[in-house]
Amino acid sequence: MAYSSKVIDHYENPRNVGSLPKDDVNVGTGLVGAPECGDVMKLQVKVNPDTGVIDDAKFKTFGCGSAIASSSLATEWLKGKTVDQALAIKNTEIVAELSLPPVKIHCSVLAEDAIKAAIADYKKKQAAANRAEQKQPQPTA
Amino acid sequence: MAIKLPIYMDYHATTPADPRVVEAMIPYFTEHFGNAASRNHPFGWEAEEAVEKARKQVADLIGANAKEIVFTSGATESDNLAIKGVAEMYREKGNHIITAVTEHKAVIDTCKRLEKEGYRVTYLPVQKDGRISLDELKAAISDKTILITIMAANNEIGVLQPIAEIGAIAKEKGILFHTDAVQMVGKVPFNVNDLKVDMASLSAHKIYGPKGVGALYVRRRNPRVLLAPIIDGGGHERGMRSGTLNVTGIVGFGKAAELCRQEMASESERLRKLRDYLNDKLHKNLDEIYVNGSVEHRLPHNLNISFAYVEGESLLMGINDVAVSSGSACTSASLEPSYVLKALGAGDDLAHSSIRFGLGRWTTKEEVDYVADKLTHVVTRLREMSPLYELAKEGVDLSTMQWQTEGH
Repeated sequence: MAYSSKVIDHYENPRNVGSLPKDDVNVGTGLVGAPECGDVMKLQVKVNPDTGVIDDAKFKTFGCGSAIASSSLATEWLKGKTVDQALAIKNTEIVAELSLPPVKIHCSVLAEDAIKAAIADYKKKQAAANRAEQKQPQPTA
Repeated sequence: MAIKLPIYMDYHATTPADPRVVEAMIPYFTEHFGNAASRNHPFGWEAEEAVEKARKQVADLIGANAKEIVFTSGATESDNLAIKGVAEMYREKGNHIITAVTEHKAVIDTCKRLEKEGYRVTYLPVQKDGRISLDELKAAISDKTILITIMAANNEIGVLQPIAEIGAIAKEKGILFHTDAVQMVGKVPFNVNDLKVDMASLSAHKIYGPKGVGALYVRRRNPRVLLAPIIDGGGHERGMRSGTLNVTGIVGFGKAAELCRQEMASESERLRKLRDYLNDKLHKNLDEIYVNGSVEHRLPHNLNISFAYVEGESLLMGINDVAVSSGSACTSASLEPSYVLKALGAGDDLAHSSIRFGLGRWTTKEEVDYVADKLTHVVTRLREMSPLYELAKEGVDLSTMQWQTEGH
């Protein structure tokens, strides 16, 4: 299989490899795929609570070069975007940017799923935190 | 010594022709170009003489008589001829064939075609070490069984099947026994009489000969095996395989067989040491790596390892100056991981993480060192970016996790 130069670049110099504290209320974690399918992606976003902008994004991927490149590219694109802008990222944009061949399109789909899962996790944590805040007894005036 | 890159360590896929083989072949392209079937002039006689010499050389490698060698276009054709030939010839005797799940596709797919034509096929499972169970083989035999076809050595994991024991069982029950011996012949001793084999498929390009030529050993005595041909024509090769003989290829095959017979003992010992050295070095450098298949019953030049938490294709990408192959789905068009590794029951994740190393005649210790060092580096780097490795180090049992698999 011949890889595009962009896939090779992301494989050799992956951007934003690592982990963010998953218990942080401002961090959303998406873990998608399955080992027996040959692809697992963990993608995390850290959202600035005041601005709603993604400050930081990290990934770890078990998968082929195209899967690594798709998730690496996704973290690059996520930084600086608002949560809503992030949700608008389409797998077809990843395919185009990395020149992925048809057999590797599932890698880009997985990256899109990982973004959506990370943001869903962030929103769920925020909602839970808000509920917890409302349950606090209000100080009486 | 400077290493020449890329390094070839995929000798199970194919081997380069030995220069001595090429040298033997050259005159048969131009000077001695005759058709071995031309009985009435010296051009034909020369070609026939060369073919008969090669037939003897190939027969000698497996302890057979020259008359028992049928030249074909390769082992895929040999497998087809043996299985379909027996199926048709012995149809009145029975319609049941026994094989195993880890066989080469040339055997599996031939059996599947016969199933569509009304034959019954038993695909024996393999144990964790990659070998079939002899008890399961015995239990599968019925009075309708006409053929047992079990490979001698597996092309992915190099595991040797108990061929002599299978041969004895087949003989006792009066059932014909065919073995795809492509990976074993020329590498370790293989004798059709000691092993009680009735048919054996061979290939030239796996033993430092040319591509496009192979052979089927067909026993002539005790019992005399009869085969219905699958290619009709001029009745070459005792009517079992029509078509003008590939004289140059056959000459090369013969020479390659002769060289293997002479050098096998020292070559296999040298490769066994190098293979063990590679295995030891990788185990010293990396944790959680697993050899697939039996270590004891194995070809001396094969190593198949799963590197846990690292996907095979990404591993190959990191060692792109080393030619090896992976059982990962991503390296094949099917998107399914190796059916051989799956059959061992190791789990699909480990099948996706496997690399097959095939050492050969020109493999050096320097090359093995280079491959081991490079792999260590790449596996370490990929594990640092593997979410599975991270989870495992946190103490999570990956096998009990709920994975989101739908749609993939």
